[in-house]
Amino acid sequence: MAARNPRFRLPKNAKVGDVIEVKTLIMHPMETGNRHDKYGKLIPRDIITTFVAKYDGSQVFRAEFGTGISANPYVSFKMRVPGPGVFEFAWTDEHGIKTVATAPLILI
Amino acid sequence: MAKMPERAKISVLSRRSLLISAAAAALSPLLAYAASRDTQTPERSKEFEEAFASLTGGAKPVAHDIAVDLPELADNGNFVPITITVESPMTDADHVKTIHILSTLNPRAHVATFQLSPINAVARIQSRMRLAKTQDVVVLAELSTGEMLMSTTHVKVTIGGCGD
Repeated sequence: MAARNPRFRLPKNAKVGDVIEVKTLIMHPMETGNRHDKYGKLIPRDIITTFVAKYDGSQVFRAEFGTGISANPYVSFKMRVPGPGVFEFAWTDEHGIKTVATAPLILI
Repeated sequence: MAKMPERAKISVLSRRSLLISAAAAALSPLLAYAASRDTQTPERSKEFEEAFASLTGGAKPVAHDIAVDLPELADNGNFVPITITVESPMTDADHVKTIHILSTLNPRAHVATFQLSPINAVARIQSRMRLAKTQDVVVLAELSTGEMLMSTTHVKVTIGGCGD
């Protein structure tokens, strides 16, 4: 199943030099490959394997997921704001399908 | 005729002892199972031992400057919140490079790997993980100095995640 509805939360009143928390979430079943459907057939494994966060083109955080990460994978991380810029969040599933969301960080 | 009661008695006794031994035989796997559940050192999957060995490279990680926040009792093994904080200055010379989450008894030992760099300023990440059953969660943090930190947290699970 394709990933959908990527979401993120950025602080609204960050300043240059602040350490901010970035929260991200995407809707995806993260099928483990261990479950059976109601007819007893094995449901094939289908997970998001990689999450990469970039700020102004350079990587600030990367996560590799296994089947042990819950459905609708949620990740939060910290970052020191180097200056004004744009976040790019990219989730890639094991078939190579990529979902990308971008957002500028609003500074005060 | 005097021998009859004696023979009857013998047969009753042997049947009773047979019943007792049959009952004991039926119960013993259950008792062994119950005993194994109560042991203080929980078992670890072979896959966990292999993943742990390949990540640490045989070196012995130290258990300090790393805090893992997991519930003591997880009602739902499908959604177990985990927060990992590593005490690190996060400078170019001394920062956390990677954080690994390993499960000791899930079908797959490797849960996730996170890559950090000095721009993160604070080595703190949050996520949600699956736990198939009551087990230890092992978190490893690789520092730029080459040091490896480790934290082990025991989590009791009421309803297991990871499917069937």
